[in-house]
Amino acid sequence: MKAFLKKEWMEWVRTGRFGLLLLIFALFGIMNPALAKLTPWMMEAFSESLADAGIVTAEVTVDAVTSWTQFYKNIPMGVIVFALLGSGCFTQEYQKGTLIPVVTKGLSRKKIAGAKSLMLLLAWTLAYWLCFGITYGYNEYFWGNGAGKHLFFAGFSCWFFGVWIAALLAFFSAVTANSPQALLGTGGIAAVCYLLGMVPKADRYLPIKLMEGMPLLQGIREPGDYAACMAAAAAVILLSAGLTAVCFEKRVL
Amino acid sequence: MEMLTLSHVAKRFGEKQVLKDVSFSVPEHTVFGFVGKNGAGKTTAMKLILGLLASDGGEISVNGTPICYGNGSASQSVGYLPDVPEFYDYMTPEEYLCFCGEIAGMSKRERKARSEELLRLVGLEQETRRIQGFSRGMKQRLGIAQALFCRPRLLICDEPTSALDPVGRRELLDLLVNAKEQATVLFSTHILSDVEQICDEIAFLHEGKIVMQGPLEKMRKKRKDTLAELELERKEDAEFLLSEFPFLESLGRNRILLRETERLPELLRVIADRRLSILCLERQEATLEDLFLEVVGE
Repeated sequence: MKAFLKKEWMEWVRTGRFGLLLLIFALFGIMNPALAKLTPWMMEAFSESLADAGIVTAEVTVDAVTSWTQFYKNIPMGVIVFALLGSGCFTQEYQKGTLIPVVTKGLSRKKIAGAKSLMLLLAWTLAYWLCFGITYGYNEYFWGNGAGKHLFFAGFSCWFFGVWIAALLAFFSAVTANSPQALLGTGGIAAVCYLLGMVPKADRYLPIKLMEGMPLLQGIREPGDYAACMAAAAAVILLSAGLTAVCFEKRVL
Repeated sequence: MEMLTLSHVAKRFGEKQVLKDVSFSVPEHTVFGFVGKNGAGKTTAMKLILGLLASDGGEISVNGTPICYGNGSASQSVGYLPDVPEFYDYMTPEEYLCFCGEIAGMSKRERKARSEELLRLVGLEQETRRIQGFSRGMKQRLGIAQALFCRPRLLICDEPTSALDPVGRRELLDLLVNAKEQATVLFSTHILSDVEQICDEIAFLHEGKIVMQGPLEKMRKKRKDTLAELELERKEDAEFLLSEFPFLESLGRNRILLRETERLPELLRVIADRRLSILCLERQEATLEDLFLEVVGE
């Protein structure tokens, strides 16, 4: 599996996918505190024209929580970028037939599926924590991160949502014929979760809740409130990993 | 010693029965031509041998080891060159071959030495750029190198020459002949001149069955007799000969075909006696293609 994992790493790096992913997440990481920092200045700059329009602006105070609010607003966009870049992990190889020599040389399909899933997890983890780290660093420098509660648990919860997406992405990429189908499958599951979120009692079990970091930072929710959705996400991750291995084993190359 | 044996192998895709009852065996250190029309089921048979597909019946064994779907350990002794070999374009040829060696469990030193040896063999030792910019012929040669990398006992090539120019085709055929020293080669094609040039044994696959098989020399003896084609200068002379000898066939434009070549002296005697003017007399060797067309009934 080490050899195939090395090949996956080389593929992500040399095709520019990894660079693009890191660049976008780094930009998000910088944008979050930058937008928070610029908000008072922008309000002041536009206050006269807003006053002409009859809108009275009060003095705005920003802190690390403002920046973290931006962070949790931007992360869904980051998840979409990650899904776009990772959706072809199996399908591209099916379309080109590049897995045939690998399988005929005796590498087990389970190891291939394992390496591909691990690479998705690695790419998401590095990109996500880069974004988190940049935002955290700037926030600490400008305001200090003391204002937000459960900061790291909220960060971990949001990262876990990405792991859930990565597991779904690996499964749908393994069973479908092309990247758009894999994206449709993953997006479909996420959309269903979003719609189910409108049902009051179902809300607490839905992995989509893991993205809601702000109530934790503001102290409205406690980490324990996320136990059910985290357990549900973990179950889906394990189920997806198992199904990916089984379906890929049966897939005609 | 038989390197590969297929016994009553069958494969169906939905309603379509691709292979009905395929049985043949390939002796060790031979180049075996697996001939059939496009869509005859050659690739399916090869994928069954490689364990990439599950058969619906029959048995396959490579060097005495039974092959079943997903049987990785047996497929390690088999090298495979697909009809359109595709690689990881972002790698250099050496990186790709080393990757092949690594997944097969070779040591770093061994895979480095083997990749240098094989790149030299296929003439790609100077290529340090990535595979992305490679021509079809270069990819085919790299395909042979990857197929031979783990020193397979059986090399399976799926129509390796069908899309190559004459030079590339010649080079690839030479590589296959050389590969015979270390491996048994199973080579599928519909280009019969390639079969005539390099194969020791052949099998014709038609409508999911092996309709004929055996050593090439034996096959040659099964061919029809040679033919003779005669072209006359004047139309009336051609008409005279056709009326005089009912066994002749007209090919149009003063050309006549003689199937019973043992009657050629008789014909030539009449031509000489009557001083008929001939433009050309040609003996035609019946080709393997004629035999193939005959066995497939076309």
